[in-house]
Amino acid sequence: MKFPTGKTAGVAAVTLALSLALAGCGAGNGGGGGGGSDSSSEKSTITFIPKNLGNPYFDTSDAGGEKAVKEFGGKYAQVGPQEGSPDAQAQYIDTEAQKHTSAIVMSANDPKALCDSIKNARDAGTKVVTFDSDTSPDCRDLFVNQATSDGIAKVEVDMIADQIGDAGEIAILSASANATNQNAWIEIMKKELAAKHPKIKLVETVYGNDDDQTSFDKTAALLQKHPNLKGIISPTTVGIAAAARYLSTSSAKGKVALTGLGTPNSMRKYVKDGTVKEFALWNPGDLGYLAAYVADALVKGDISGKEGDTFKAGSLGSYKVGADGVVLLGDPFKFNKGNIDKFNF
Amino acid sequence: MSTVQDAPAREARSYRSYTRPLWWRLLFNREAAVIAALVLVILWAIYFVPFFGNQLTMTFLLLDIAPILLIALPMTMVIITGEIDLSVASVVGLSSVLLGTLVDHGWSVPAAMVVALLAGVVCGLLNGFLVAYVGLPSLAVTIGTLALFRGIAVGLLGTKAVTDFPAGWTALAKAKIGATGLPVVVIPFLVLALAIGLLLQFSSFGRGIYDIGLNAEAAQFTGVSVARTKLLLFVMTSVVSAFAGIYFTLRFSSSRGDNATGLELQVIAAVLLGGVSIFGGRGRLPGVIAGVLLIGVLSSALRLQGTTVNVINIIIGVLLIASVMSTSVLAWFSDLNARRHNRSRNRSGPTTLAPAGVGNPKEVDR
Amino acid sequence: MIGIREKDHQVSEHTEHLDASTEQLVAPSRLSPGRRAFNTIVRSREFSILLVLILVIVAATISSSSFVFGGNGWRDLLLTPSILVLLAVGQAVVIITRNVDLSVGSVLGFTAYLTGRLFIDHPGIPIPLVVLAGLLAGAALGLVNGVLIGFGRVPALVITLGTLYIYRGVVLTWAGSNRINASDMPNSFGELGTATVLSIPVLFLVALVVLIAVGYYLQTARGGRQLYAIGSDPDAAVLYGLPVRRRIISAFVLSGALAGLTGVVFAARYGSVSSSAGTGIELQAVAAVVIGGVAIFGGSGTVWGAAIGAVLLVTINRALPTVGIPDFWQQALVGALILGSIVLDRVLANRRARRLIGARDNEATTGATA
Repeated sequence: MKFPTGKTAGVAAVTLALSLALAGCGAGNGGGGGGGSDSSSEKSTITFIPKNLGNPYFDTSDAGGEKAVKEFGGKYAQVGPQEGSPDAQAQYIDTEAQKHTSAIVMSANDPKALCDSIKNARDAGTKVVTFDSDTSPDCRDLFVNQATSDGIAKVEVDMIADQIGDAGEIAILSASANATNQNAWIEIMKKELAAKHPKIKLVETVYGNDDDQTSFDKTAALLQKHPNLKGIISPTTVGIAAAARYLSTSSAKGKVALTGLGTPNSMRKYVKDGTVKEFALWNPGDLGYLAAYVADALVKGDISGKEGDTFKAGSLGSYKVGADGVVLLGDPFKFNKGNIDKFNF
Repeated sequence: MSTVQDAPAREARSYRSYTRPLWWRLLFNREAAVIAALVLVILWAIYFVPFFGNQLTMTFLLLDIAPILLIALPMTMVIITGEIDLSVASVVGLSSVLLGTLVDHGWSVPAAMVVALLAGVVCGLLNGFLVAYVGLPSLAVTIGTLALFRGIAVGLLGTKAVTDFPAGWTALAKAKIGATGLPVVVIPFLVLALAIGLLLQFSSFGRGIYDIGLNAEAAQFTGVSVARTKLLLFVMTSVVSAFAGIYFTLRFSSSRGDNATGLELQVIAAVLLGGVSIFGGRGRLPGVIAGVLLIGVLSSALRLQGTTVNVINIIIGVLLIASVMSTSVLAWFSDLNARRHNRSRNRSGPTTLAPAGVGNPKEVDR
Repeated sequence: MIGIREKDHQVSEHTEHLDASTEQLVAPSRLSPGRRAFNTIVRSREFSILLVLILVIVAATISSSSFVFGGNGWRDLLLTPSILVLLAVGQAVVIITRNVDLSVGSVLGFTAYLTGRLFIDHPGIPIPLVVLAGLLAGAALGLVNGVLIGFGRVPALVITLGTLYIYRGVVLTWAGSNRINASDMPNSFGELGTATVLSIPVLFLVALVVLIAVGYYLQTARGGRQLYAIGSDPDAAVLYGLPVRRRIISAFVLSGALAGLTGVVFAARYGSVSSSAGTGIELQAVAAVVIGGVAIFGGSGTVWGAAIGAVLLVTINRALPTVGIPDFWQQALVGALILGSIVLDRVLANRRARRLIGARDNEATTGATA
């Protein structure tokens, strides 16, 4: 085997080094011209880290957050992993800690695994506010909850009981197996079913990982494995959209009820064609908006996170911090054929 | 009467040991190119990327790429022998799951670590046996074991994740050495790098690895036990992967079946970038370490700038292709040069390059 | 004349000592055509995988009759594997030439997103045009692979590894965090995803047509047979004068084009495309091909086997929950199948080599004494 030696190798080695360096330079073309620029400006930098990118629910919530940040004159950024796993999210939290961002607003992929990275960030002076999906309460500064977990779980159970006549087999199509929020809701759902709906049997819980294709395939598997299934609850917007899409082209359309948490825009077609009768959500834009204001209030020192602190959240009005550092947005809202055209998100 | 005539006196001829002087050989080889690129990229990052220059960045960088650094070392040896091991990421996942499941059931962390390392040994034995003794191609075998080990990992844990680990151990995974900011995991890496470097350079086992890569049959005839060497290399790779899995789990405090998916491609990309030839037979550790660091520094710098993972992917892909094709391109240039030289030399004189006894077509019709 | 008859006599003498399978190998023309065809089919790898597939379907149906007979059972049985079948056909062609194409997943993601983008940016665009665009885009990406491998003298594993990263990065940059939703694409396109003709899904028919076309080409056309020759011994192929570089480039262009078509099919089937579409499917394609009997070192195997392997993989995945095994174990099963296939291939190849050597030695001894 001939190894290149001599002048050509030498010249090529230097050229390779230069081209690699240029590739690195070229990739950084948008990069900051100066060194550490904004560490000591008055603008607070708020970075949103959703569970994963490419999720329409988080696109809406983070857009609401961006609106709020512009209103109070801060600097907005959104970063996040492609898949909803805690170790990918932890790397982004670490990066924000390095950049001395003023505040992180995040939806957590796991209650405990992210605590170390969050602690690093808080030690570096960054405020950490969770929204939509919490970590364990001692990790973060504050949690902005869209509605009480009880309220969310109950409304979904009530809807499915209503739609299947309070008797029959149901299944749950959730997001990822470790997601704090979905797991909390599922626990309450099981208790509700046992207490108030004894004739309804929960046969299986499957996990779609908030991935559209996986949720689609898991719905197909559910229908095939449980031929007597009467209803599916999907407490995640990606899951319910994928399940609706599968149901609407299958022979189970109209026979198997589907409900859960979904966004009006992705569900409009299926409500109109009868696949889904009713589903619930809140306004994720409002959620992001409120979370951004909470973060800003923490950064500016208006509140310290104690129970009873009050602050103003732009056009949403004033809010009070509740127990365990939780700020509540409101109640869930039910969408059906009658009102779905009024919303655009 | 003696029929042997005295040979005419000849001047003593001296031959140079190498074509080029030492400084040339040190500065103008593949490894030097990668190290130079690394230095240039670090300088660019320090001056142009905000927040890159502080110590926290280096700590996070090393914490992030530690698994790749660790696995790249034995992977270098595997690739030098002409084989490949695509199952390393699955072994990381499997050891992560074993650690998590056992700790979840109440085992102590050291005991669970031992089991995870033993699992690595078993995985390596399976790989090595199928490749070295049954004689199957390593690409196919390791694609199979990639799916098998990852499947066992996911099957054991489902889609759950174990995230409860004793704080002492998770802190150890992220601890730093004194005030330097270097994470503690650098120590096992340095020990391993030194050991493998010495092994490759100074032991007959190590030289045997290069021989196998250049010509396995010839190596067999010179006394290198090809099958046993390959088996040992695969076992080494899997054990180091298992160790990397333990570190990964403790660092992120999260044991999941799909941990480190896709890691094997990053390891192979870094190793090939570092100058190891995919055909086997050449490659050195400094180049590989520089390759891993190069990819790590680029990723970290781009992340600090806010560019997301897509640009990093494109750059790694381009670097990989460029580095691998550069060998072919350089060889092509050398060929061109040599041919041009030969042509000019033939025109100038009657000397041919053919050894004595092999006639040129032009001379035959004399 | 007499010598030939004597030789015939010797041949028939010593074939009587051989068992049926060796006789098939050594002197097939001694058997009747019917018997020869029967032997070829029954002893082929494709037949055994087909048997395994039927076994799996039967087991799943016994466990839950809705697997085939329930609401969408039959439709899903044929529809779900269509995507992997298309990829496996392209991958088989590449592997037969002793290369591998790891970038098909990224090409699929690229063309699936391209499909959605075309429908969004050019409303009213006819569907055949979109399909053509997907094919051409995939072919162009495959051409890049082919040129780098054909001219660069670098192993395909490394090049396609690099293009896997690059193409995926391009898709991520282009798509950002956008995703294509089902409502962005016309209803007629979405309906293609589940439309059936005589209860056979349209997408399955597409895969079937592609399979038959490629299989026929590999079996009968000169170019197809040359691919086998190149995979068997590349150096001999060069010396023999085959247009090796051109064939390899065409193999990669075909693989890329089929991956492009698969991207369009993916968009029709799933209706929603994110930038991570197709991640990881390349290893499934290689697994399907290996299980289907195509040797990883090239030179043997058929696309029929690869297609049956693909259907087998997907059906096992779907059948596991029905039989009661949580589908988490699916990947482990796939890995075990791959390892089993290649070990089986090696064992069979060894046995065949020993039989041939035995027959040759037999012939040598009987020939010497006669």
